[in-house]
Amino acid sequence: MSETMTHDAHHEEHPGGIKRWLFTTNHKDIGTLYLWFSFIMFFVAGFMALVIRAELFQPGIQIVDPNFFNMMTTLHGLIMVFGAIMPAFVGLANWQIPMMIGAPDMALPRMNNWSFWILPFAATLLVAPMFMGGNFMAGQGPAFGWTFYEPLSGQYGHLAFFVFAVHLLGFSSIMGSINIIATILNMRAPGMTLMKMPLFVWTWLITAFLLIAVMPVLAGAVTMMLTDKYFGTTFFIAAGGGDPVLFQHVFWFFGHPEVYIMVLPAFGVISQIIPTFARKPLFGYASMVYATASIAFLSFIVWAHHMFTVGMPVAGELYFMYATVMIAVPTGVKVFNWATTMWRGSMTFETPMLWAIGSVFMFTFGGFTGLMLGVAPADFQYHDSYFVVAHFHYTLITGAWYGIIGGVMYWLPKWTGNMYSEKLGKTHFWLTAIAMNLTFFPMHFTGLAGMPRRTADYPLQFTQFNQLSSVGAYIFGFSQLILLYLIIKCIKGGKKATNEVWEGAEGLEWTLPSPAPYHSFNTAPEVK
Amino acid sequence: MDQSDIQTSNKKVVRNSILVVAAMFSFGYLLLPALYTLICDSFGLNGQTEQLTNAESAQLKVDKNRLVTIEFSSIVNSKLPWSFKPEVESVKIHPGELKRVNYLAKNLSGSDIVGQAIYSVTPVEAARHFKKTECFCFTQQRLKSGESKEMTVLFTVDTDLPKEIKTVTLSYTFFRADKYTSK
Repeated sequence: MSETMTHDAHHEEHPGGIKRWLFTTNHKDIGTLYLWFSFIMFFVAGFMALVIRAELFQPGIQIVDPNFFNMMTTLHGLIMVFGAIMPAFVGLANWQIPMMIGAPDMALPRMNNWSFWILPFAATLLVAPMFMGGNFMAGQGPAFGWTFYEPLSGQYGHLAFFVFAVHLLGFSSIMGSINIIATILNMRAPGMTLMKMPLFVWTWLITAFLLIAVMPVLAGAVTMMLTDKYFGTTFFIAAGGGDPVLFQHVFWFFGHPEVYIMVLPAFGVISQIIPTFARKPLFGYASMVYATASIAFLSFIVWAHHMFTVGMPVAGELYFMYATVMIAVPTGVKVFNWATTMWRGSMTFETPMLWAIGSVFMFTFGGFTGLMLGVAPADFQYHDSYFVVAHFHYTLITGAWYGIIGGVMYWLPKWTGNMYSEKLGKTHFWLTAIAMNLTFFPMHFTGLAGMPRRTADYPLQFTQFNQLSSVGAYIFGFSQLILLYLIIKCIKGGKKATNEVWEGAEGLEWTLPSPAPYHSFNTAPEVK
Repeated sequence: MDQSDIQTSNKKVVRNSILVVAAMFSFGYLLLPALYTLICDSFGLNGQTEQLTNAESAQLKVDKNRLVTIEFSSIVNSKLPWSFKPEVESVKIHPGELKRVNYLAKNLSGSDIVGQAIYSVTPVEAARHFKKTECFCFTQQRLKSGESKEMTVLFTVDTDLPKEIKTVTLSYTFFRADKYTSK
């Protein structure tokens, strides 16, 4: 015991300046690093989206050449997925999980430091080829779509950069996940049984299991690409007896669980926010846990619905169609539970609640277009069209990203000790929500009318819809500066937050002072 | 749990997680490609066909009451400077009847090149009933600069071919295979 005492005492004096951030093993510091990193990446990838929308404002080629355009779509997707959304959730997990389960820190603090500090290097490797080879506007970076299908991706000159970037991102996610699993399984306060854990913790536990199961498969896929290109294997090369379709199977075996990796923690955040502002306990807690686990399980057996058009036998199409549509059942359980939690609650609509309700409403919409895409015969019309783009932006922006922003707003007073400006928060929400729909709703129509994704040009008849999308995208993009201003303002000062922050908030994190002290729960709280 | 218990449990979680990671990586890198080929071959998916020995082909039953149209398609990959065309666009055969069809390939470049033809049969339901006894696609083909060559495929469809299938397409894509020459 005396040994641990001195250990803790030593930790109190953390170095200042840059060294604090480089060498930190504190879960709150690392959470902050993750969140700022993902925020920067969000602006980088968002800027790329604005390049895409500028080019698509008019038919014809105006601003960038098609290869550069494809590079923008590729990097926008990859950076948003691996650089913005996933690290943002790990950031939330780092800040919140120890505080929510009454633990002093993450289980493996040094590994925690390492899993964060890999990320900037991985991101650099990913975008570095953009600046190689002299002619920037020719698009030297990866330009084969975020799904990097073979055989196109195999012809990319700087493939090794891409592969090692993905390897590093995988290392980072896997280490982060192992840490989260160890923390949740071993560090819970006495009395906190698994079925008493807050839902955010539950969804992250399941997400972490998904991550350690599928990130290695992705690593396998990119390793196959690497050995195909440089070491003479022929996994995906038809001339040598391989098959490019195998790549799609391996990729989507990772890719489908990946989409739930991005959305399950958001479900967790929403399940924290809605009971707080409805001032009622979450309806159907146990069914929420089981629904999350079912979604995670089903995500492993539906991958080929992303590739209905590769020439599968009818039996395969039917199986993947039924299995896919089945996911609507546990997802429906969740949506109905949220709706029932709000039913006859004393609701107030502070900013986090707006994000949560907005997410439930619009994510469900994205879920419905997912059902349409999951129907094999219909998918042949929608496949690789803007309808797909509309679908996954509704699920990822209003599902995953709304969850992240909702969570940041919800916990920001706890982190900074200051209330953020409700006026700015609400302005940001409404601008974002309107701009988001203005951007992506028209894409359903252009997609159904046959506009293919990943093309820099389009026929004249799609002009008006694309202009709406582009205007919406620019409003969306610039609205995010409000968020940046709001966060900086909140860090600098504002109305002091109480310990409980929100009137209806339940959970261990609200028993701590605001701002949460650098070390919390050094003695474990008792959970009844 | 006290501190040392937590440390032991953490080690266990890390060890088990690393095992899962190693297992899933091996599954992705080592097992999936083999599994994929196995599944495609055994269910005749992905246009994979069966090879017949000469002895087997002598015992084929012929269904004189049915005629199936076999269409031929030929594609040359852009990296391969060859021309490659079937002599006929299509033939009609009775199920079980062996048929020989020639393709004409020519090396249009000034150097010797090794090519490999990859076949595919559509509709996929027909693939496992499509049988070849001889095919230029079984081995790599070497053409000297400017050389032309007749390439032969000897095939049949068996009598179990589903009744509703009236047309089967045999498609070949020729790839450049210098890098993958079998030693």
